[in-house]
Amino acid sequence: MEANILPSVKTQNEEIILSTKNASFFYHDKTAVKNVTLNIKKNKITSFIGPSGCGKSTLLRSFNRMNDLIPGASVEGDVYYKDQNLYKSSIDPVKIRQQVGMVFQKPNPFPKSIYENIAFGPKINQFQGNMDELVESCLMKAALWDEVKDKLNESAYALSGGQQQRLCIARALAVFPDVLLMDEPASALDPIATLRIEDLMNDLKEEYTIVVVTHNMQQASRVSDYTAFMSIDRDRIDERIGVLVEYDETIKIFTNPKNKETEDYITGRFG
Amino acid sequence: MNMVSNKKRIKNLLSFFHSTGMNDFNEKVMKVLLFGCGVFSILITVGIIISLFSEAIAFFARPEVNLFTFFTGTTWRPLSSNIVPENFGVRPLIRGTLMIAIMSGAIAIPLGLGSAIYLSEYASDRVRNIIKPLLEILAGIPTVVYGYFALSFITPLLKTVLEENLGIDVNFFNALSASIVVGVMIIPMVASISEDAMRAVPRSLREGAYALGATKFEVSTKIVVPAALSGIIAAFILGISRAIGETMAVSIAAGSTPRMTMNPLDSVQTMTSFIVQVSFGDAPSGSINGQSIFAVGATLFAMTFIMNIISQTFIKRFREAYD
Repeated sequence: MEANILPSVKTQNEEIILSTKNASFFYHDKTAVKNVTLNIKKNKITSFIGPSGCGKSTLLRSFNRMNDLIPGASVEGDVYYKDQNLYKSSIDPVKIRQQVGMVFQKPNPFPKSIYENIAFGPKINQFQGNMDELVESCLMKAALWDEVKDKLNESAYALSGGQQQRLCIARALAVFPDVLLMDEPASALDPIATLRIEDLMNDLKEEYTIVVVTHNMQQASRVSDYTAFMSIDRDRIDERIGVLVEYDETIKIFTNPKNKETEDYITGRFG
Repeated sequence: MNMVSNKKRIKNLLSFFHSTGMNDFNEKVMKVLLFGCGVFSILITVGIIISLFSEAIAFFARPEVNLFTFFTGTTWRPLSSNIVPENFGVRPLIRGTLMIAIMSGAIAIPLGLGSAIYLSEYASDRVRNIIKPLLEILAGIPTVVYGYFALSFITPLLKTVLEENLGIDVNFFNALSASIVVGVMIIPMVASISEDAMRAVPRSLREGAYALGATKFEVSTKIVVPAALSGIIAAFILGISRAIGETMAVSIAAGSTPRMTMNPLDSVQTMTSFIVQVSFGDAPSGSINGQSIFAVGATLFAMTFIMNIISQTFIKRFREAYD
């Protein structure tokens, strides 16, 4: 099938951190995503784009086994984080989630203070070092420190939506992950807050690998190095099975897509 | 043919009701009727409060008693022939009531919270759909059955375990046995309200914690329970206030000996069981005995009323949390 196109490997020294091999995802009997094979490169930003319901989030959430939380979800095929097969029975999803962090569509700070939001993850993971320093460095990395340094003990709910989302990014950084999965991280934010999140993503890719689901094609073209275009299987359109249509460097996907469907979607003819 | 005429008849009937004049009239009648329903229950409540407090005031107006010794005295002997203020100290009853409320709370709060955590965080939908109705059946058992259960099962059990094996005296009527059944009785209430509060915690908070590498237990105890805390505390307070007001099981199992004791294996009398005791006797209305139950009742009412107000404030705070 045409769906499994790997990005053209230009430089051999680009390390692969996440990958799937013929991975299919099911909710009860329904196939949500079929037969995806792709490699995600370390310290790059990879975006998943495509129409609603094509399984972008399902694929994203398989990389830290968040799909386990949905009753009836199951997987066939392989999903790898580095050299670990994530769905092998010996893998503890709790450990995986410390290494593969996640930021959600809607900011979801805990109903605790700003400080406690950051400190929660390190505490449950038995962090031994200096918590104050860790909180500060995470807030710095998330470009939030200057705005909140005088009110660390205030409720996180007092922050604006964009600040809350940056707090959630800082919170995810506090458990020292390698990868950040972002599920439409800016879709609930205004344009200015969105730009700040995008700037932040660019800063973060020095240290982290970022995989981002987005509905916003401008965003994908602005921030990502690689883009995966997903869509509905055209042969079995009634079943709404998500497939990977094309995966390549972002610049190629947006300027010279190989697939007609990608081109139609990029140019706004459907989706 | 018949169908058609039926339809026509219904249509006529409908248009009759829908004709503006009739509609207006119906609306007015319904409004008055529903208003009446509302006013009726309010009037009854007001009536109860008035009769409770007017008799209580009449009691305190008597020269044989006084308000101060009522709340400070440690002897409750209202049926004695020696009618002096010293025999009307309500503290033994309050202590008996609080003792049973605290001990039953000590049983119901951990068990109720535990089952709420299980139902809300661990149980599959299928299991929850079986267990929750069962829990609610537990809440529907008449309290006199619990009292009988205490006397015929719990007390003998306590006697076997404590008295025969450990040599600790166990009164046949004792506060512990009553507390155990009252505790069991209020578990469903504590569990159900706590579970509602925990289920109202948005899924996104749980996901946020899971995504940081939290285990299910950490998500439950460090995110869900704190986030639902005001609702859970409200459940605790309502449970305790139910235990304070509980009558039948306590009268049967704890006996009727007003006593300033700290020993849970002694017989005690609670405020409610005193009221039952006098009501079943032949204290004439207007007599000091008859009026004393109103004084006790008013005190009890004030206690549970304050607790319910506290729990309402907690529930309100909890509702505001995620808006």
